[in-house]
Amino acid sequence: MANLKPPLPRALRPKPKGPSEDNGHTKTGPKDKLAEKGIATIDWIDERTSLSGGARWLMFRKIPKGTNWFYTLGSATMFAFLSQAVTGVILAMYYDPSATRAYESMRYLTNEVFLGEFVRGMHKWGSTVMVILVFLHMARTFFFGAYKYPRELNWVIGVVLLILTLFMGFTGYLLPFDQRSFWATQVGLAINGTGPLVGPYLSDFARAGPEFGVTTLSRFYALHMLVLPGLIAAMIGAHLYLVARLGTTAPPWMKAEIPADSRKDDA
Amino acid sequence: MARERKQPKKKLTTDEARIPGAFEGETVSRRRFMTGTAHAAGGIAVAAFTLPAVGLAVAPVFEKQETRWEAVGPVADFPDDTYIPRTLTLVTGIGDVGKSTVYIRKYSTQLDDEPRDEYNEYIAISTRCMHLGCPVRFVAASERFICPCHGGVYDFQGKVDGGPPVRPLDRFYTRVRNGSVEVGPRFSVNSELKRFSPRDPGMPLDGIGQYLYPARPTARKLPGT
Repeated sequence: MANLKPPLPRALRPKPKGPSEDNGHTKTGPKDKLAEKGIATIDWIDERTSLSGGARWLMFRKIPKGTNWFYTLGSATMFAFLSQAVTGVILAMYYDPSATRAYESMRYLTNEVFLGEFVRGMHKWGSTVMVILVFLHMARTFFFGAYKYPRELNWVIGVVLLILTLFMGFTGYLLPFDQRSFWATQVGLAINGTGPLVGPYLSDFARAGPEFGVTTLSRFYALHMLVLPGLIAAMIGAHLYLVARLGTTAPPWMKAEIPADSRKDDA
Repeated sequence: MARERKQPKKKLTTDEARIPGAFEGETVSRRRFMTGTAHAAGGIAVAAFTLPAVGLAVAPVFEKQETRWEAVGPVADFPDDTYIPRTLTLVTGIGDVGKSTVYIRKYSTQLDDEPRDEYNEYIAISTRCMHLGCPVRFVAASERFICPCHGGVYDFQGKVDGGPPVRPLDRFYTRVRNGSVEVGPRFSVNSELKRFSPRDPGMPLDGIGQYLYPARPTARKLPGT
């Protein structure tokens, strides 16, 4: 195909080769020097860590024919989690997890802080998006049969991630501490308490006592911003490791293609 | 060496397994001993911070609740044919969140048939719905308690009249001191208004309910009631 690009302006055109650099490999432009510095830095790190092998192993995998947009739902879920993590850190800079001040701190963030309402909105709606994406990702895995041998353990880890995500939703719902979040949490704890025999103790554990008390909110806050995100991040690590190790499946409508010569090899 | 280490089926002493430097009759090699010691030390170190942390998180379940009595007004304030709302502080130190409305009236000799004692000369009804814990309100026109969340309805005595609640509204102990009514700890009742130690919403107390949903050891009904 003919080169249809317009010619480069003179300043950006590569310099003609000097007589001593006729091998065609030497680069001398400022961009080239910068690239060389970058490569040298990465080489320096890689020589001491051997990370590049792992990175290649993780990122440049062979994927089956027929891979399509449905296969991006897992990454989409992970990016939703990352977005929650980043916006959550910003919210944590303003939030005050005490029963008397929580609502006021959220009101201040929403109404007074530049972009506060936007970041809070991202976190609030992002949580819904994350739950939806988790379920879509789960449905994709189920309908494509991608939970079958040898990927059962990854399905189990995925279910743990689903449960952790729902716990995140439950603990996070209380934090704005308005009427809705307070009463919804009361209702949620009461539902949890109707489990026979252990229910009453689970409720007491969740709210740190028989009534909604002094440390209930901070307990939910600690779970929401420390314990659960840590567990989710660790589980995502295990999930991704297994994906990279086992590879992805072809969609169910793809037929296995056996090249003629490989059949010959078997015989 | 490797071959010999794989082979043994019965437990060999280290000198029988011909591990160099072993003393006669030793059953645990020094390497195994050191490995075990390192694992044990690690386990103790982890337990040293895990157990206190778990203990701290679980402790509130076993914390004894103090019995508080709060004066809500002179005895003349409370008739026996309608409820008077009063605000009660259930938990201190958390502002409005720790407060709850409680409806109070005098024991009515025509209406109430539960045995009278020093704790029910005045009847204090909790506003916590026994379905899932929403706040009910008393509607004087219909003489009923109505829950806004899922349509629970209770009659004048707090017994379930309709909707999903599983037992009558909780009550509080009351007593009269120096001419004013004092409201004390919460207790739960079954459909015959028999007193039980306080339970959370959603836990029935009829039939085997009281055994399926055990009372917490830290908050009991008053002894002898």
